[in-house]
Amino acid sequence: MDLFSKYDIFGAFWVTIQLTLLSAVGALIWGTVLVAMRVGPVPVMRWFATAYINIVRNTPLTIIILFASLGLSSTLGITLVDPDSTTSIADSSFRLAVLGFIAYTATFVAEAIRSGINTVPVGQAEAARALGMGFTRVLGTIVLPQAFRAVIAPLASVLIALTKNTTVAAIIGVAEAALLMSEMVENESDRLLLVFVLFALGFVILTLPTGLLLGRLAKKVEVRR
Amino acid sequence: MSESTPMVRMAGVDKHFGELHVLRDINLEIPSGQVVVVLGPSGSGKSTLCRTINRLEPIDSGVIEIDGKVLPAEGKELARLRADVGMVFQSFNLFAHKTILENVTLAPLKVRRTARAEAEKDGLALLERVGIANQRDKYPAQLSGGQQQRAAIARALAMKPKVMLFDEPTSALDPEMVQEVLDVMTGLAKEGMTMLVVTHEMGFARRAAARVIFMSDGEIVEDSTPDTFFTAPKSDRAKDFLGKILTH
Repeated sequence: MDLFSKYDIFGAFWVTIQLTLLSAVGALIWGTVLVAMRVGPVPVMRWFATAYINIVRNTPLTIIILFASLGLSSTLGITLVDPDSTTSIADSSFRLAVLGFIAYTATFVAEAIRSGINTVPVGQAEAARALGMGFTRVLGTIVLPQAFRAVIAPLASVLIALTKNTTVAAIIGVAEAALLMSEMVENESDRLLLVFVLFALGFVILTLPTGLLLGRLAKKVEVRR
Repeated sequence: MSESTPMVRMAGVDKHFGELHVLRDINLEIPSGQVVVVLGPSGSGKSTLCRTINRLEPIDSGVIEIDGKVLPAEGKELARLRADVGMVFQSFNLFAHKTILENVTLAPLKVRRTARAEAEKDGLALLERVGIANQRDKYPAQLSGGQQQRAAIARALAMKPKVMLFDEPTSALDPEMVQEVLDVMTGLAKEGMTMLVVTHEMGFARRAAARVIFMSDGEIVEDSTPDTFFTAPKSDRAKDFLGKILTH
């Protein structure tokens, strides 16, 4: 097991975890905003959210991440970092990758929540409206809380997919697990199988508890009707 | 507001569902404190009539006024007016993820901005009044249908509405639970609440209503006292309807 002393495997997986968590939080927020626009009463917002979701969801993630790096950073000069900082290149790649993952994953979050909204009986919103609540309040206090509880399991799948999708960040040089793996594949060609198993196992260790824990949570907060 | 302003006024109201003309030139005034029961065969438009009064169903033409104020289109004004109009649904529609007490206090807290202590005190008093204060911390699915409907009435009353709309409040209940809900409604009627009740409960209509409206094919066909309606209906459609429900 000299691989662990030769390579910073834990460091690489730590970057993977950071990419995943930051992107997950961002995607949850942006996805909720998107779905609110999509089911809302304002036609322009509905149109925008529908178009955004359909376009971004059907675009390969690789293209989105490459666009974040080449398009935003190299061409448009949007870097999200202080250019004088000593780690500016690494930071820039990391932040742009997070931005790309948020933009992409939010579409799946939005669609999952929308399917959850469809499980909430229409009478729930009617009762809330009849009590004098406006659209935002009906959505925020009555519909979304029930919708979220119904889609924790599908959201867990989105989170697991996101965890594995973060490997795409390797193509723009973010020092996460997959980038280290390709480096090790080149240097340790006599132990290829071990390297693959090591990284596969690493991802299973990250994602398996996610699914189990969120599955249990889903049962616990289920809304009885 | 002067004494003569009706609590609810509908004038020339028309509504279509696609090809179907569900409300035809509805003209109706309900004075403050009056209990009106709406009867009619299914598909006659009585539920739709009830739901247009707080604009859960928009209308095609005509005017609806609540306490002298014209019902506005969507927006904050409409929400404010709806807060004054209590509504009880056939399927209860209690908020499934909130406890009974939370159901009753939610709108006063969020819409009326009542202080929590006061909202909970009022809410408990209302639950006491409808006889389910001991169920306060349960979730709707843990209650019987009759208890849920009584909680729904308490939830509507918590907003201190000027008028209460009941859209077939006992139609989804097991027979043995109908009476407990009707008792609460009868109590409300006696206290002078303005009520519009869509129902099939003829006993309630006779006992608690001051006025019966009979609808058929989207029209108001008869508008009279319960006594007159049940003993001497004028139209053939009303006679036919009463013949079907009273002779078994």
